[in-house]
Amino acid sequence: MSLRAPTPLQLLAIKALLLLLCLVPAGHLAAGWMHGTLGANPIEAVQHATGEWTLRMLLLTLAVTPLRRLSGLHWLLRLRRMLGLITFAWACGHLLTWAWLDLWLDWTAIAADILDRPYITVGFAAFALMLPLALTSSTAAVRWLGGRRWQALHRSVYGVAILGVVHYWWLVKADLLKPLLYALVLAALLGVRAWWREQERRRQLAAAAPPAPGRFKGKVIRIVPK
Amino acid sequence: TLPAAVRSSPYNSTEAHTDWASAISYNNFYEFGTSKDAPLRNAPQMALRPWRVRVEGLVNKPREFDIDDLLKLAALEERVYRLRCVEAWSMVIPWLGYPLASLLKAVEPQGSARYVEFVTHYDPAIMTRRPVLDWPYTEGLRLDEALHPLTLLTFGMYGEVLPHQNGAPVRVVVPWKYGFKSAKSIVTIRLSERQPATAWNKSAPQEYGFYSNVNPQVRHPRWSQASERRIGETRRRPTLMFNGYADEVAGLYLGMDLQKNY
Repeated sequence: MSLRAPTPLQLLAIKALLLLLCLVPAGHLAAGWMHGTLGANPIEAVQHATGEWTLRMLLLTLAVTPLRRLSGLHWLLRLRRMLGLITFAWACGHLLTWAWLDLWLDWTAIAADILDRPYITVGFAAFALMLPLALTSSTAAVRWLGGRRWQALHRSVYGVAILGVVHYWWLVKADLLKPLLYALVLAALLGVRAWWREQERRRQLAAAAPPAPGRFKGKVIRIVPK
Repeated sequence: TLPAAVRSSPYNSTEAHTDWASAISYNNFYEFGTSKDAPLRNAPQMALRPWRVRVEGLVNKPREFDIDDLLKLAALEERVYRLRCVEAWSMVIPWLGYPLASLLKAVEPQGSARYVEFVTHYDPAIMTRRPVLDWPYTEGLRLDEALHPLTLLTFGMYGEVLPHQNGAPVRVVVPWKYGFKSAKSIVTIRLSERQPATAWNKSAPQEYGFYSNVNPQVRHPRWSQASERRIGETRRRPTLMFNGYADEVAGLYLGMDLQKNY
């Protein structure tokens, strides 16, 4: 198979394989829950695992565009929707663990958590921002919104990622190593976009406005034949 | 092995003991890693003999105890206490030890002594070198808290010698305060006139006060302390004032604003 241009069938196989791979941690977690091997505090273990997998999948989703650009493998973009939806599924699992397993759907406690605990406020905000993205993930939704508006809406994924990392950062007691690693990966993923954007802006500026004659500020080198 | 212990203290909780497997695998002992299961894996590297405990500061008879002599200073008792972590989980543990007061009386605190500081073991060769907290971990109590009969100098649990990760070979257990106040693997006990600096208080003073009494009405800045999950149970249960020891200890704090002195 050609890595540059897989056939539709090959692409389908790649997607299926990736989906299976992404299901492994979920299966592992479910098996651990059923067999009681998640340690002394299984609810907390599920809470942490679903939260971390949401962040990991979100960062992987955000890595698609840079990876595509660096590798030139444009079909990578075709995996992004699936990765985004898997991220959303983990986020739903994370939210349900908190609201259902931890708080037993006690709505007063849930509301108090959202209002009182800053890390839950930002975590909940991140989830709320994800909702419209998941709802408009279909091709029909892209057509209905129009490419430009769809893209503008889906840029809020950057906000979701920042809120997600802040959510993790704020809940840790003393050892910030892990949230710091997630923050650094996110900074790299956002930083490379900002940098490319700046390069593009300069290129366009240079193309639109060629330097006026007489205002040349560079150093003139005379080449004098000997 | 430990000497035989008296097993009927009036302070004993009648609640079901947390299962041993949970009590030894779900621990906060940040020197050995910040995940709950890291201490079980890493703490056994800590050598428990020889072990000496210095008792110093404002006492008439400062002394360095060998751990095996310290163990025999007073009769061991079994104390079944609730343990409430500041992270809002709890356990019920049958500890083995004797009141810290027995040790403090043996060294004769001077009249000017008002606080007791605990300095714990720190060995960068086997413990984390990352400055997660200001090592060595230190904790402290007011002298009257330290002399309270509930405050236990602890050598064992569940009829056994303390496992490494639970604070071997000697720790304190202060059941009406959040778990981090009960310093593990102690090497120095120092009496002083001034309130000692404590590890969590230095790390985040707005979150962890010197007193850190279990108090459902004073929320941690980032989470509620009104309820807790008892390890082994799925539903949360309400947290009790002073972790259910209000009858015994509320008198220590008469006239104090517990919202301010959290």
